[in-house]
Amino acid sequence: MIEFEDVTKRYPDGTLAVDTLSLRIPSGQITVFVGPSGCGKTTSLRMINRTIERTSGTISIDGEDITSKDPVTLRRGIGYVIQHAGLFPHKTVVDNVATVPKLLGWDKRKTRDTAMELLERVGLDLKLAERYPAQLSGGQQQRVGVARALAADPAIMLMDEPFSAVDPIVRHQLQEELLRLQRDIGKTIVFVTHDIDEAIKLGDNVAVLRVGGKLAQFAPPSELLANPVDDFVRGFVGQDRGYRALTFVHPQELPVEPLPSELVLDDSGAPVGWRADHELLPIGAVFKQGDSLRAALDAVLTSPTGRGICVDDSGKALGVFDQAIVAEALRS
Amino acid sequence: MTWTADNLGLIWEQLREHLYLAIVPVILGLLISVPLGYVATRFSWLANPLIALGGVLYSLPSIALFIVLPAILGTKVLSTVNIIVALTVYTVSLLIRNVIDGLRSVPAEVRQSAVAVGYGPLHRLFAVDLPIAVPVIFAGLRVVTVANISMVSVGAVIGIGGLGELFTQGFQKDFLTPVVVGVVLSVLLALLADLVLVGLQRILTPWARVIAAPPVEVA
Repeated sequence: MIEFEDVTKRYPDGTLAVDTLSLRIPSGQITVFVGPSGCGKTTSLRMINRTIERTSGTISIDGEDITSKDPVTLRRGIGYVIQHAGLFPHKTVVDNVATVPKLLGWDKRKTRDTAMELLERVGLDLKLAERYPAQLSGGQQQRVGVARALAADPAIMLMDEPFSAVDPIVRHQLQEELLRLQRDIGKTIVFVTHDIDEAIKLGDNVAVLRVGGKLAQFAPPSELLANPVDDFVRGFVGQDRGYRALTFVHPQELPVEPLPSELVLDDSGAPVGWRADHELLPIGAVFKQGDSLRAALDAVLTSPTGRGICVDDSGKALGVFDQAIVAEALRS
Repeated sequence: MTWTADNLGLIWEQLREHLYLAIVPVILGLLISVPLGYVATRFSWLANPLIALGGVLYSLPSIALFIVLPAILGTKVLSTVNIIVALTVYTVSLLIRNVIDGLRSVPAEVRQSAVAVGYGPLHRLFAVDLPIAVPVIFAGLRVVTVANISMVSVGAVIGIGGLGELFTQGFQKDFLTPVVVGVVLSVLLALLADLVLVGLQRILTPWARVIAAPPVEVA
């Protein structure tokens, strides 16, 4: 657990970047700091590895005040990923990943094996291992950045807007991969972003900060969407927060109707399209039992017939449902 | 040609002296410029005054420096130390700008991540900042090396000047051959030294060559 207690950062020119911030970051979860620029989210993050020193207050990791440790030793035990990855341009990909193990004096074989394993883990082709960062795309560089941060298996990983400089499609991929990776590794991740959608998607907990470095609300995303504490948070989480809150509503089991004859299935029972006059209309998004209500509503909205298709894990169609069924599930 | 054949020993001796007088200051100058440049990047208010001071020192006429230095250093007028000190001053005054620019060429996010992964300040200088600064520092080293090779000859005026002494000899005897030999050899020496530096830089910066090439997409 990382604990902030009345932490304040005031720059020599008098600017108050972080104002008496107190919060507890639980272990093994993703905590997101989000807010407009000037809200002190990056400053708060960087005070954890002491690349910025706080002015007053205490930050402790598992009960131990971080100022009791030598900053260099502290940093080697905390992974760090930034925008544009910040890879060392003069080192190959595998050497970049091996940076911290080398600093810690691991033997060469173990260092290299670990680095290669991590490259694979973050979804990079091992052919890229001997390339230099400049030969990689932005998304690939960011993956190397994550691998580098994880190399010495730190308990904590700090991520400062890591995905904001890549295009939306790659960003989406990287977010999905981070969630998948986190399910395996269970690190304590502190993630900074200015993008509320990213915060809601990735965070187990989200800290919304306002300009001037004051904590506005610290809550799980569903709580943030359902009960924003004030106008600032309400404005920041956006207009369609009601719709987005559906992401966190999982119906027990959506009651479905039998498959209609207009729905064309293939041999395995997977839906292919809707028969209409003389043409076949493509199916929309499909819904699986256990998905959120947002997925259910999306299936209805994208279907050409207004009926969403429910499928099992193998993709076989089980039944259909319309908006009335989704609305009923919403009320319950 | 007979003069050349008869004086091969002398020519070889002057060539070696010339190389020694030109290269030792480059090495000393580099050893001084790097820590000085490092200090200037840590205390940024020092950088501009240092670069300006370098400009002033470089504009001092070399003959004046060769003559004044023995008085300042307490060396004999005919001591090679005078030449070495003078050329080291020139080397530092040129190179300091490249070292500062080179260290400043390290991208902010690279410096930030070097600190965050746990490099101490000196370790970071040698493992991250200096390697990345190599192309900019080498651009300065090449200029300074060639300049030094040409400037050594001026030392002949005070009696120590490597190949430059062939010029004085030729002028005194009103005899062209030693002058031609001296000029050709200094040009060759400068070319050779530059080639060596280019090669050294290629070895030190395999990564710099790939930057021009487009990223490779592997799915």
